[in-house]
Amino acid sequence: MRTLLFQSIFAAPVTARAPAPSAQALEELGRKLDKSARRLLGRSLAIREVDAGSCNGCELEIHALENAVYDASRFGIRFVASPRHADALLVTGPVTHNMKVALERTFAAVPAPRWVIAAGQCAVDGCVFRDSYANANGVADVLDVDLHIPGCPPSPAALLEGLLALMQN
Amino acid sequence: MTNDLFALLKKAGRKAATQRGAPRHEVKEEGWRGLAERLGKKGSGEKGLDLMGLWADQGRVLMALFQPETGQFGLASIKVVDGAFPSVGALHPPAIRPERMIRDLFGYDPVGLEDQRNWIDHSTWHQSMPLSPQPAAPSQPAPYPFLASRGEGLHQIPVGPVHAGIIEPGHFRFTCAGETVVRLEERLGYVHKGIEKLAQGKTPLEAAPICARISGDSTVAFSLAFSRAVEEALDLDIPQRAHWLRALMGELERLANHFGDIGAICNDAAFAFIHAHFGILREDVLQAAQTCFGHRLMMDRVIPGGTACDLDSGGRAVLLALLDGLEERLPALIELYDSTPSIQDRTRTSGRLDPGLAHAFAAGGFVGRASGRSFDARAAFAYPPFDRIALEPACAENGDVDARVWVRIREAEQSMILIRRILADMPDGECRIDLPAPGNRVREGIALVEGFRGDVLVWVRLDRKGRIARLHPRDPSVFQWPLLEDVIRGNIVADFPLCNKSFNCSYSGHDL
Ligand code: SF4
Repeated sequence: MRTLLFQSIFAAPVTARAPAPSAQALEELGRKLDKSARRLLGRSLAIREVDAGSCNGCELEIHALENAVYDASRFGIRFVASPRHADALLVTGPVTHNMKVALERTFAAVPAPRWVIAAGQCAVDGCVFRDSYANANGVADVLDVDLHIPGCPPSPAALLEGLLALMQN
Repeated sequence: MTNDLFALLKKAGRKAATQRGAPRHEVKEEGWRGLAERLGKKGSGEKGLDLMGLWADQGRVLMALFQPETGQFGLASIKVVDGAFPSVGALHPPAIRPERMIRDLFGYDPVGLEDQRNWIDHSTWHQSMPLSPQPAAPSQPAPYPFLASRGEGLHQIPVGPVHAGIIEPGHFRFTCAGETVVRLEERLGYVHKGIEKLAQGKTPLEAAPICARISGDSTVAFSLAFSRAVEEALDLDIPQRAHWLRALMGELERLANHFGDIGAICNDAAFAFIHAHFGILREDVLQAAQTCFGHRLMMDRVIPGGTACDLDSGGRAVLLALLDGLEERLPALIELYDSTPSIQDRTRTSGRLDPGLAHAFAAGGFVGRASGRSFDARAAFAYPPFDRIALEPACAENGDVDARVWVRIREAEQSMILIRRILADMPDGECRIDLPAPGNRVREGIALVEGFRGDVLVWVRLDRKGRIARLHPRDPSVFQWPLLEDVIRGNIVADFPLCNKSFNCSYSGHDL
């Protein structure tokens, strides 16, 4: 362990440079968020993640946001365990009918003002799971969505760009 | 020999389909029961059988069987009569959940199965029995009585479906005496998306993206199993180079998952330092995958007929550099895991899976191998290129969290050696071939491949036009989830995240 710690004193940081906020996301948010909401959000964002039928691919990349390379916490982005501590819900998956009630209840527990982010192609439009007997065709079928982050799965960089746009707008 | 699987199948009924790898015999009730009685029997010269999968097709129920002693692999099927078939679960508990799934999806009744509760049908779908030719109106919402535990001072803790972390949804019902778990019962099905039905009517190439999204962490493994099953059905030989490229991607997927999960287990044991370092190793693998194959998780890169992309000399150099970097950093992290008492204190002896249960449930992957069941589909079936690369499955006997971590460490080291070998020996040539015309025949194919989590099974039936008439993917988690219930018994509630993480079962792969 000492060797490892010693090495890290001399090693260059592994953390990637901060990406610019996504222009597309900025535009979508510009239309939706008013000034007061932006003030409230300030410089930090507490996120409650909800898997509403994902294949788990999106979760892997959301996890990567917390690793040393992407380190979302340096931007004030935190993942919280309770929806009551959250500013935003980050939802993945097309929203299976079996998860609909749980998603709605989690949303109800988030104090206003609150934002809903649909992350991944499934959450955007259902992806390959469109038009199934068992799920909706994306989060917008169930909740009002403030920000869509497409991609299957969206890369950690794309997720960061979207989240930064939400915070800066 | 009399008790060989093939002899048993022949005795039980006539051959109904010749698949390259495995024969399917259609058996009568007596033969079905005879086979069911041999399931999970180990030793005592009995030549027992492992249940590798149990699912339904139109008008029949099928089970996939493996015989460890002979290495034989085959299928038995039985006709559904008056909407019913004899329950295997009544004789062999690992079959209970697959049979409840069959009942939910087809409406076929497993006669003799005690558990009458729905499993993945939570009465929210637009139809019930969605895979039967005549789906019915949605099922009526009914209470879901969890299994009872009686005793003084017992209390229940319901957890989920939304969990505290960034993980998939499912419900856990703990019954506890103080801090000690007396019983855990899982309720799954929350991420059911109707994958099997979505694939129906599509060509294999149209269905491939669906199969790549059954469980995102195992996208290469599912795509490989699906592609191999389709190729078997079409009797298609693909270019040699494609086999090697597929194996290369499979080993990269295994590395990425093992690194991520070993780190996460240490994190659950409050050792964030190792977690941070393994997180970087995982990221390195994914970035190399992005550079070489154009996708971090390598989704849609393995397709029926071969691979969707090739590896050029630049990509080869990237992978060699990746290996150099990993080989340099991994040993110190392993050494740290091995020499830190505060982790060992948590991982040793906790979450012990009894070897007897591991065998009875034919537990695949590191879950089985850490409890002495040495099965590894790469070694057992030697599908190419593993016909050219001998592989000794990494095993342990202790069956605790620590044993599962060690098996994964050894497998990660093995994958790095395999990747070097693949890069050195990969033949030149094409990496893809067109699928042949179906030839106006109904065809079946099955494949078992080794994903990071264990053996992934895919069975397909193609119609006369070559379209998917029935697809059944079986994630290794199907037979691992029930074992987690046993493993946590007698442990403290606080150790559940650790035990759970050390299994890391798939919800999406199970729920379909
Ligand atoms: S968007 Fe893609 S990666 Fe994300 S859950 Fe859907 S299928 Fe999986």
